[in-house]
Amino acid sequence: MSKGQLPRWVDYGLLPALNLLAAFIISGLVVVIIGEDPFEAVKWLVWGALGYGEGIGYTLYYATNFIFTGLAVAVAFHAGLFNIGGEGQAYVGGLGIALVCLAFDRFIPWWVTFPLAVAGGAIFGAAWAFIPAYLQAKRGSHIVITTIMFNFIASALMVYLLSNVLIPQGTMSPSTRNFEAGGQLPLLRNVFTSFDFGQSPVNLAFFLALAVCVVVWLLIWHTKLGYEIRSFGANPDAASYAGISPVRVTVITMLISGGLAGLMGINVVMGEQTRLLLDFAGGAGFVGIAVALMGRGHPVGIILASMLFGLLYQGGAELAFEIPTISRDMIVVIQALVILFAGALEHMFRPAVVAFFDRFSSDTAEA
Amino acid sequence: MLDTIILVLDSTFRLSTPLLFACLAGLFSERSGIVDIGLEGKILGAAFAAAAAAYVFQSPWIGLLAGIIVSVLLALVHGYASISQRGNQVVSGVAINFLAAGLTVLLGQAWFAQGGRTPALSSDARFDSLTLPLADTLADVPVLGPIYAGLISGHNILVYASFAAVPLTWWIVFRTRFGLRLRAVGENPSAADTAGLSVTLLRYRATIICGILCGFSGAYLSIAQGAGFIKDMSAGKGFIALAALIFAKWKPVNAMFTCLLFGFLDALAIRLQGQEIPGIGEVPVQVFQALPYVLTVVLLAGFIGRAIPPKASGIPYVKERT
Repeated sequence: MSKGQLPRWVDYGLLPALNLLAAFIISGLVVVIIGEDPFEAVKWLVWGALGYGEGIGYTLYYATNFIFTGLAVAVAFHAGLFNIGGEGQAYVGGLGIALVCLAFDRFIPWWVTFPLAVAGGAIFGAAWAFIPAYLQAKRGSHIVITTIMFNFIASALMVYLLSNVLIPQGTMSPSTRNFEAGGQLPLLRNVFTSFDFGQSPVNLAFFLALAVCVVVWLLIWHTKLGYEIRSFGANPDAASYAGISPVRVTVITMLISGGLAGLMGINVVMGEQTRLLLDFAGGAGFVGIAVALMGRGHPVGIILASMLFGLLYQGGAELAFEIPTISRDMIVVIQALVILFAGALEHMFRPAVVAFFDRFSSDTAEA
Repeated sequence: MLDTIILVLDSTFRLSTPLLFACLAGLFSERSGIVDIGLEGKILGAAFAAAAAAYVFQSPWIGLLAGIIVSVLLALVHGYASISQRGNQVVSGVAINFLAAGLTVLLGQAWFAQGGRTPALSSDARFDSLTLPLADTLADVPVLGPIYAGLISGHNILVYASFAAVPLTWWIVFRTRFGLRLRAVGENPSAADTAGLSVTLLRYRATIICGILCGFSGAYLSIAQGAGFIKDMSAGKGFIALAALIFAKWKPVNAMFTCLLFGFLDALAIRLQGQEIPGIGEVPVQVFQALPYVLTVVLLAGFIGRAIPPKASGIPYVKERT
């Protein structure tokens, strides 16, 4: 091993762990500043998320959302694109899912609606990513800025549609009508009755998320397109010299990314709420950024990171119940610190670790 | 008719002010080569700190100072990540936004126990509106009187400060040595470095100025326009300011006009809510809400001129390879 290089387990194991540890230590300090005991808080957090069946169900439910949005961000990262618009794409994707459910739920069983809804969510999510992608590829406008703008445009559009077009007559709250049985995914608590999931909304979308992870893994590392995406991300100039079209890769990657984000609605709209509600994405699109950074863009890492964030979301709700001074906003703080340390400051500990390993390896060489 | 116009323009000024501060803040940062999508978070953090300090000390000036300090601290975190650690500036900005969104409500709840709000401020703890000299005497003069008394007079001091900041920013960026150097590190940092300038120091200074201006923006929201902090009270203003900055092509005077335009759209949306426009019918309020973003995307697409950012923006500067 040459000087300045690190073994793989350090790069992919120790350094991310150190970053995460730093984020958690600062989170603990915040709890101390509020005047509570951080260890007590961790105890309630873990118990709330994993201590009983319903908690586990909710943890898996939240994790499902984050797997979809995390994959969306990760796929774009592989092409060197920062898709910050997962929130808007998930929101519009939910519209596609809701339209499919509203159209078919009275006529066909859920397992026929399900693939159609998946297609609807993916197409609507991808469509919302298309314009930023096209503008980046053809007109050179920065995708970070355009996807941010599209989040806000999506929000305005959906408020308009929900409160003026999709709202059932005679009601005041901006949402669609409830889907009938043909537009509802089976909940795991009704499928696996031997395990007590309590009242948690974890549903079949969880398995869809796992399946999509496999598909993304195959796509990125085992297809020609995946190779093109990674080459373009590593070095756009070299990739275009090798005959890879930048426009094509940018647009296709963003369509995939938007489509993945759009699938999030399967879990929330078709699985839990069984209707389209205002702002149902609830920030999951942004959690996807943290998840993708922590999971280092790999589906396995993304599943683990999603589970961690699922745990934080569910455990945080329980924690806020047990220690009211630590409100659910604590999760947002932890999320921010994870993004900061695992993303923007990812190399902070690297020089020290490299120095440590250099000394260690030279010591062993002398001995 | 004149009264209506004056009313709409009057609220245009009030709604433009926080955008203008934030837009100029972003201008300093991006001109030095640091992309800042954390404007929103800094505004929010400053709004909370300003409201909390103004309540505790019953003074708007201490509130403003606290807002500026918190905003500068957040700016320094962003600076440390993107200048010293050469991290991804967009990722860092996202982190700042969430940090502010979470901490303000968390600390607000822990300190004041009012669901994340700060207690309502009395008028002693806020920036009150000023009446300019002779405003009352001149109010009866036709046309000019109402304009002077109703439109130009009667704002709080931060509104005037935001508009005074425009020529000041122009002068600093385009007429001082510091400004020239600032633009140089934003366009070609290695050339500036070769000329003996510290890229790191210049970028840190730009980041701090950005923090100060965001501090003004946040303080305006909570202790001048409003009377206390409300959860998520910046409501996307940092992002509209970012859009305005691009729309203004990173120029201070353009920034003022763009912020006035976006503020005007906002004022119009409030005014026209539920009203019929002759010949068009009722325009959904969401059209006005989405319009700044749509306009910015159209501009970015190159259909109304071209928006070219400072050349080195977003790229960390590496002085030497090891």
